[in-house]
Amino acid sequence: MLKVENVYKTYEGQPLLRGISFSVAAGETVCLLGASGSGKSTLLRIIAGLEVAESGRVFWDGGDLSGVAAHRRNFGLMFQDYALFPHLSVAENVAFGLKMQNLPAAEIKERVAAVLGMVNLRAFEHRRVTELSGGEQQRVALARALAPRPRLLMFDEPLGALDRALRDRLLGELRGILHRTRVPAIYVTHDQEEAFTIADRIILLHQGEIVQQGAPEAVYARPKSKWVAKFLGLGNVVDGKKLTEDGRRWTVETEFGVWKVDCKTGAGDGSSAALLVRPGAVNAGEGGNRLSGRVADVIFEKDRFKIVLEGGFYFYASQALTVGEAVDLQVEAECLA
Amino acid sequence: MSQRVGESASQRVGESASQRVGESASQRVGESANQQVSESANRRVVDSLTHLSSLIPTLAFLGLFFFLPLTRILAFGLDASAVTLDNLRLASHVLFFTFYQAFLSVLLTLVLGLPAAWLFARYDFPGKSLLKALTAVPFMLPTVVVAAGFNALLGPRGWLNLGLMNLFSLQDPPVEFVGTLGAILAAHVFYNTTIVIRIVGSALSQLDPRLPEAARVLGADERRAFRHVTLPLLRPSILAAGLLVFLFDFTSFGVILLLGGPQFATLEVEIYLQALSLLDLPLAALLSAIQLACTLAFSALYTRLARVQAQTSPRPRPASYAKTLRQRLFVASFTLLLIAFFILPLLALPLRSVTQLEATRGDRTQFQAGLTLDFYRELFVNRRGSVFYVPPAEALRNSLLYAGTTVLLSLLLGFPAARALSRQTRLTRLLDPLLMLPLGASAVMLGLGFILAFNRMLAQPWLVPIAHTTIALPFVIRALQPALASIPERLRQAAANLGASPLRVWLTVDWPIIWRAALAAATFAFTVSMGEFGATALLTRPEYPTIPVAIYRFLSQPGGLNYGQAMAMATLLMAVTTLAILLIERVRLPGGEF
Repeated sequence: MLKVENVYKTYEGQPLLRGISFSVAAGETVCLLGASGSGKSTLLRIIAGLEVAESGRVFWDGGDLSGVAAHRRNFGLMFQDYALFPHLSVAENVAFGLKMQNLPAAEIKERVAAVLGMVNLRAFEHRRVTELSGGEQQRVALARALAPRPRLLMFDEPLGALDRALRDRLLGELRGILHRTRVPAIYVTHDQEEAFTIADRIILLHQGEIVQQGAPEAVYARPKSKWVAKFLGLGNVVDGKKLTEDGRRWTVETEFGVWKVDCKTGAGDGSSAALLVRPGAVNAGEGGNRLSGRVADVIFEKDRFKIVLEGGFYFYASQALTVGEAVDLQVEAECLA
Repeated sequence: MSQRVGESASQRVGESASQRVGESASQRVGESANQQVSESANRRVVDSLTHLSSLIPTLAFLGLFFFLPLTRILAFGLDASAVTLDNLRLASHVLFFTFYQAFLSVLLTLVLGLPAAWLFARYDFPGKSLLKALTAVPFMLPTVVVAAGFNALLGPRGWLNLGLMNLFSLQDPPVEFVGTLGAILAAHVFYNTTIVIRIVGSALSQLDPRLPEAARVLGADERRAFRHVTLPLLRPSILAAGLLVFLFDFTSFGVILLLGGPQFATLEVEIYLQALSLLDLPLAALLSAIQLACTLAFSALYTRLARVQAQTSPRPRPASYAKTLRQRLFVASFTLLLIAFFILPLLALPLRSVTQLEATRGDRTQFQAGLTLDFYRELFVNRRGSVFYVPPAEALRNSLLYAGTTVLLSLLLGFPAARALSRQTRLTRLLDPLLMLPLGASAVMLGLGFILAFNRMLAQPWLVPIAHTTIALPFVIRALQPALASIPERLRQAAANLGASPLRVWLTVDWPIIWRAALAAATFAFTVSMGEFGATALLTRPEYPTIPVAIYRFLSQPGGLNYGQAMAMATLLMAVTTLAILLIERVRLPGGEF
């Protein structure tokens, strides 16, 4: 349905987006995940028609949107911090898009009520938006974006300003609404947990380029680069030096030990390798790759302890260790392509 | 002028003051919570008493020189001899014209000011800050200077008419500007556009740019996004700016007297005429009472409006260079328009003061164009048959003397008052509006009040600086107060704790903060006094003219020499005022408004 093709954009002389191409299928929720400043919001604004790309194009059902003004695209965009109209009531905010379509008043009223019901705000119709809590404002913004029945919904860090617990709840509701309405959606966030929860497909943006995309579980299972593994917080990223190579089987020397790892030929620059050790891939077993170190810190985390070794390597244990204790463990390392 | 400088300053100073005061109040609440209740209560009583005693001279001064004249006006104006059918008929006639010209002025000011506000808030262009400063200059200038400037540009002896006469060999000036409603309106727009630029411009740059964008995404084209989102959000600021401009235009005096002439009598001008020329003091008092009621009502309305429009955006939209052709055309043409409108009158005046463009006596069509300092030289000559009994340069001396006295008096009275007000107690909260009340009275009204209250002392020249002090005092207090309030008690305690003696504490903590505010306040009082026209015109004696009075008299006399001298004197006053404005800008504390 939506296709973005080779979009370039510079900001104050610096390249911000460098040839972004992706598409969104019917009913699909795509999550653009990247650090702040990676150009995600700008990409949304380009798709919405609020900004113009220096080159590249945006298509809808094969039709080029280049000459189509923002108000004719019928794409919903939910802004960061919502951008609710402070001079209008909740109902008037939600009705705004319908009014712009010049719908009859009765129909507007009906649809506003329906949409407010969907986000559990029926009772709030006549309240001023400035009197609402952050979570309520977020729902009004969602209702306002949904009301005109856009062909595509875009979310720009929609939960950024809210606290954790509220965020989890709203995320669940949002997921439900997206699944029910089957509106294709692009969801921009820097929070990987949010992305994994809501996305059918994740697109990782780094320095203006797409570094990896795929289903959440695929991205999780096979991070494509050191940056992806670090950004998603998948585990310990350890740099090492290649000692020998036996087909795909490399022997790599790291500061925690010499390990054998499966790597693709041509991984790294040939003489060094970045390895990923997930916290779950550390155990007390015999043999295999050995990790030896000294405990630097022990942090209690509800049902487990996070053990941090000197050098920063961490894993989880069900029982506390003592600081200063020497450990010798079995680890499973992955080679980051 | 005093009115203008004052209002703007009080507004600005007032805002920052209330913010600061609010902070310090909350601090104090926090502090006192830690202390024992009885101890702090005791101290508060003592504090209040000290405040009260330090306020006595200031309150006594205002009582004698503001509230007494005010009550005299009310007593006179609401007397049966004043409230007659004839008087009421005249009053309603004048009131109508006052409203009418103020309304038209506001409309035109918005017509120029709103696009200008848009220009400054949305676009960057070379020389932007300079142009913005230029648009603010008139606001601080004395009305006589502005009137003289417009006269030098568009008056019968102004550049435009001289040029046209020369070009087409005309006998009489073809453009009739002075003495028309157009002249009044032009000068009002010239004065007050900066208010619209400031108030609406700041609202515009505070406006969250994503709000109109949100409207666009929801299907509104640019026009509808503007109408349904941007405009409603700007409305409070437009209303506030319009009302403030209205308030200034409503009490306008110098501009109307000098550019419009007596046939265009607003309340303020009519009060002056009735009091001075027709000696109908009861009618003048009645008109004053009506005007006071109106200005107080508008002020109250403005205060309410100004409070409403306090919503700021988390991310103000930065100005940017014009991109599309339409934007570039708008920026270029409007910039040129503003430059022309704001610089021509200011430039015409000093140029005209050093140019001999006609034979001083005799045939007007014979031009002897050339530069001359004759008009300045003439200021020091006491010609027989001239406007004065004394050399015009005496006016310069008088003005400086009055201004000096005003500075001294207003600082002496303002300091203890500002000090007392900088600490918030129930008493000061009560006294504060009382001390600011002179802002609500117009200058001519004050002059009338003085006449009614001190008629036996009118021969005394010292009444003039007293009147100037009454006008300047609220601004001086408002300029000092935030600086005094900004010094946290903890800073002094810290200095004392580090071993500083009380004198050292004052020298190292208080003085560095106070001197700038004091200098700004002094300059302010000086500028107010130098340019004050309304009260002075009523109170001054013929042998003690001030600069504005001299300019007025020169301008109302025929003859090229008188005209030239008016130009010369207005140029001097403009120079002095401009220097003062620059000084205030320099010593202003960075960040704050004062």
